[in-house]
Formats: sequence, structure tokens, C-alpha cells
Amino acid sequence: MKTTHAALAEKFIADEPRTNWHDETLWFVREKRDKAAHGLPEWEQLREWGSQIKNHTLSNLSNYLKEFEEKAVANGIKVHWAADGDEHNKIIHDIIRKHNIQKIVKSKSMLTEECHLNEYLQEHGIEVVDTDLGERIVQFRKEPPSHIVLPAIHLKKEDVSATFHEHLGTEKGNNDPQYLTEAARQHLRDKFVQSQLAITGVNFAVAETGGFVVCTNEGNADMGAHTAPVHIACMGFEKIIPKAEHLSVFLRLLARSATGQPITTYSSHFHKPRPNQEMHIVIVDNGRSRQLGREDFRNSLKCIRCAACFNTCPVYRRSGGHSYHTAVAGPIGSILNPNLDMKANADLPFASTLCGSCTNVCPVKINIHEQLWKWRQIIVAEGYVAASKKMGMMGMDFLLSRPTVYRFAGKMGRWLMRILPFVTNNKLNVWYKQREMPEPPKESFRDWYLKNGKTNKK
Amino acid sequence: MSAREKILNAIASNQPELTALPLMDKNVLIRYEDVYAQFKTVLESIGGKVKLIPSLTELKEQLIADKASGNFVVNAIADLGKLDNQVASFTALDLEKVEKAYIKGTAGVAENGAVWIYESQMLNRLLPFICQHLIIVIDIAAIVATMHQAYENIDVAKEGFGAFIAGPSKTADIEQSLVIGAHGARSATIYVVG
Repeated sequence: MKTTHAALAEKFIADEPRTNWHDETLWFVREKRDKAAHGLPEWEQLREWGSQIKNHTLSNLSNYLKEFEEKAVANGIKVHWAADGDEHNKIIHDIIRKHNIQKIVKSKSMLTEECHLNEYLQEHGIEVVDTDLGERIVQFRKEPPSHIVLPAIHLKKEDVSATFHEHLGTEKGNNDPQYLTEAARQHLRDKFVQSQLAITGVNFAVAETGGFVVCTNEGNADMGAHTAPVHIACMGFEKIIPKAEHLSVFLRLLARSATGQPITTYSSHFHKPRPNQEMHIVIVDNGRSRQLGREDFRNSLKCIRCAACFNTCPVYRRSGGHSYHTAVAGPIGSILNPNLDMKANADLPFASTLCGSCTNVCPVKINIHEQLWKWRQIIVAEGYVAASKKMGMMGMDFLLSRPTVYRFAGKMGRWLMRILPFVTNNKLNVWYKQREMPEPPKESFRDWYLKNGKTNKK
Repeated sequence: MSAREKILNAIASNQPELTALPLMDKNVLIRYEDVYAQFKTVLESIGGKVKLIPSLTELKEQLIADKASGNFVVNAIADLGKLDNQVASFTALDLEKVEKAYIKGTAGVAENGAVWIYESQMLNRLLPFICQHLIIVIDIAAIVATMHQAYENIDVAKEGFGAFIAGPSKTADIEQSLVIGAHGARSATIYVVG
């Protein structure tokens, strides 16, 4: 049986206090974002610029990619192209084999998660150490990240303490975040200074200069990239921006949208390898060019991975990242993943209330909730929804487009709920789960209006 | 067909009609009455320390005292004293022992407390990240209001590497509790001269 968002969310919400904690914590991050955004009078203008720069970039993407490649090569960087995740993994594996590399550190890269790089290398007997604190925690626990910016947000400090006690030998029951972070610092410094290869993601790649920018708060990308003799930066091709001056717009938007910080601690601009270092960039398609061709969905490629849409989403906050069963969860994941595999991710566009909050906070103005709605239509048309949902929708369609039938059904429903309440108050009715059904009203609004509407009219 | 051609062809045939880049009117950007005061307020709110000094005299003395303490202290600012040029070729294993590093920055940003540092100002790319405590020195005239003006004042591609650094290394990955000193510097003190 396929694991769906609804089934996985049910597991997550079984622990109610934890669900509430998760909900409140992410809402707190959303509030920090609001405070940061409201601190800049030009915030809405910045979003508009960000959106227009990305629109323009997508409209001239092939040229910008060629320009970027040419400049990067001139800077001494080796550029690789990967049509899909498998090619991406093989390119990296080849570099590892060529140099006989044993020790690898990796900073956060959602692309490598999307391509399942760690698993691929593990199957070939190669271990990768994730160095972002949150990612290291979930790696120890053999879990995927549950959030693209806060990978371990589903865990409590007691969980982290138990995990570190098992893997790093920290004091049992010591839940102090300061103490636990220090233990990870010591453990990972050891990994950094010995590293032979550093893998990083890319936040922005600048066509004009052939360089790229990586943003972190912890400094883990820099610790690896400036230590290891080989650095591989992996990027989806949509990370391109035309000019260095555009970085000002995106760096102003990114951290404020993500965590409410005015900027990440480190915004590192890489242009050339250091002497005796090898620097590689892997540019990945993996379905992106297909998404670019889908008019209704192409602007999902404007995403800068800030996760503001996660933090604001009432469904994400109460169902947790793992319920989305994909590398990129949340609202943006729900419009990206059906492109990667429509059948496997057919449930995701339905994991939303379509409230539109995601669209309102998106720093590059992606119409996320409209795309969720559009995906639903495609997924139903392709036949990827459960028969019960399909039948239900057909029934609703029949009912709602026939006023006489609708009125009769309403009357019948009210009557049935009154005299035979068990017809609705039973386990088969999903609306009855964790809820009491409302008292059936004596008459419909229409009936009331026909009687009173005209007399009350002035 | 290579992956490169395949990808570029697919993009070329799927990309939408050309749209224009926005004209960015810099008049709408936030202005601060006192950029130094804003820089200090923001940096302190993100864990950094800021000190206004009239000249380098105090820092020169501090550097001498730091060096005499026996700790591994690296000076990368010519105006402060002898440059520790030898660290340029040091490995991570050597630099791991650096207690404190003195580094000059090119531009400060009032809206977010970030300082731009070129690779040549770091002596070694790893230095500002691996040191336990980071001292950055900038001129007060180098502080601008926002990132837009900062990018006008620097050339990101002039050297092989450069970074905006805003305060000490930090993380909130454990239950959203802020901890200063993740992998990089445990403290960052920015001396503003002027």
C-alpha cells in the first residue's frame, strides 16, 4: 500500500502535545519573518524585483547558463551537466574514485537530497558526513530532513540528547542545547580538518561573473570548502541569476523570509579555486526543463528555498515534513514533486487548505496555492486519485450543478441527521473523526431568505 | 547528444518569451539617519560586538598583548603590525589552533550588520571561519545603508573568494534555541574606526 500524506500525518498527530509544539514553533518563525519584513518599507518592492528578476532569468535561461559556464570555466572551475539525479550521482562518484577520496563532508544541499546522493554513495561503500547540525542529527537517526531550512525541527532536545549520547558519547540526559551543540562542534571540526572532499549546495549562481554564493549560519560550508583539496558545488539550473548586483535583492529577501534574520552569518562568494584546489560545479536538470515547459507551473522554478511557505502553512505545521515523503516538503514541494513523479506524489497537492498564505509570504511571488489547485485538476484528469475521492467529486458535481436535486438532498440530509443521527455520526464519515457533527438546522438559508429576505430589505 | 546539449536544448525550447529585467529605483530604499548606530544595533542583536575607536592605537596594544599571551593569534592587518603571512600556506590542521584573528573588512552594511571581506584580506580563506574569535576592523566611512550600496562598492569577482560575515557562527537547530559558536567563530567583534 502506498504511503500518503494523510496516512503519515495521522501518525505525526498521534502525539498531540508534540504536534502543538511543532505548530507553535514554526508559527514563531513565521512571526519573526513578519517582523523582519515589516522593518523594511521597501519589502513589497523587493519581492516584486525578486519576482521580475527570476521571471526574466527563466525567459533567457539557456543563454544565462551558457554565459555562466563560460565565465566559470575561465575562472578555473570545472563545469559538469547532469540530466537527472543518477547522472549527478555518477559525476560525483567519478570524481571521488579518480582521487581515491575517503573522507567527505557535505553542507546543506536539498538537491543532493532530491538526487539521493548519500544513499547512492553508501551503496558504493562511501560515507558522507553531513555537517549542518540539524542534518547531522537526522543523519545519525537515519531519517531524512523534515524541513529544508530547519532539518531537525520535528525533534525535541531530549531526542537530540539521546541521539548524541548514542553516537557521540555525550552525557546521558543532558539536554542543554549549548552542551549538545558544543559536542557536535568538536566532533565535526575533526571531520572538517581531515576532509578530502567538500560537497556544498549553491544558493545563487551569477551568470555575469561565473561565481556562486553559499549561505549558512553555522559556517559549515566554508569549513569544508576551504579545507578539502576538492570542492564540488551542486546546483539545480534554476539557481542562476543574471548579475552580481541582483544578489543584493535576493540576500535581502532570503534570510528575512527564512528565519527573520537580517542576513545569514556567512554569505560566501566563490569564484576561483584556491591554489592546488579543484573546484567543480554540477548543473542538474532532473525534471526542471520539463517543469519550465509547463506554463502553469514553470514559475515554481523561481523558488529560492527559504521555506517561508512551510512555516506559514497550517497543514505543514500540523503534519510535519516527513508526511510529505519527498526531499522538499511543504507547499512548494507539493507543486515541485508532482512534476518529478506524478503518480507517487499525487496526494501532495491535496495536502493543503488552499488558504493562500504560502503565496502571500513567498519572497519571489510564486502563486503556490493556485498551482496546487491546478495540479489537482491534472492529477484527477490523469486518474491518479483514489476511486472514493473521484466518486465523491463526481457526486458533488452532479449535486451542485442541479439546484432542485441540491435542495431536495439538503432537506433529506437535515431530516436524516435529526431522526437517524448514526447515519452521519459513525466512523465511516471522516468528518466525524475528532469532531461532533453540528445540530441540523430546521431550514436551509435559502428557505429562510425566501421568507425573510424581502421583508427585511430596505 | 551530451547531457549539456540535451539540457540546454530542452531549456531553449521550453523557456517562455523574453521578459525585461526590472529597473530598480534606489530611491525607494530605506535610509538611516546614522548608519553606524544602525549597524551597531543590528550586529548586537545577532550576537556580534561593536566598538567605535578613534584610531588603531588601542588595537595595536591589544594585538601585542594577545600575541604575548601565548595563544595562537594571527594578524592580517598591515596597519596593526607585522603580517602573519605564513598562514597563507597553513593547512586546516594548523589553523584549527588559531585562537584569534585580526582581519580588515572592506564594507559594512547597516541594515544587517554584515561586513564584506576579500580573500586577500583574510590571508587564508579558512582563517575567518576556523578561528575561535574573530576581530574585524572597518572604517566608519565604509558603512553603507543596504546591500545595494554594498555591492556597488565591491567587486565580487575581483578575487577568487570573498564573503559577507555578519556576527559569530550560530545555530538554532536544537529546538530553535539559539547557540552562538556552531562551527565557525565563537565571537565576532567589529571595531569601527572613525
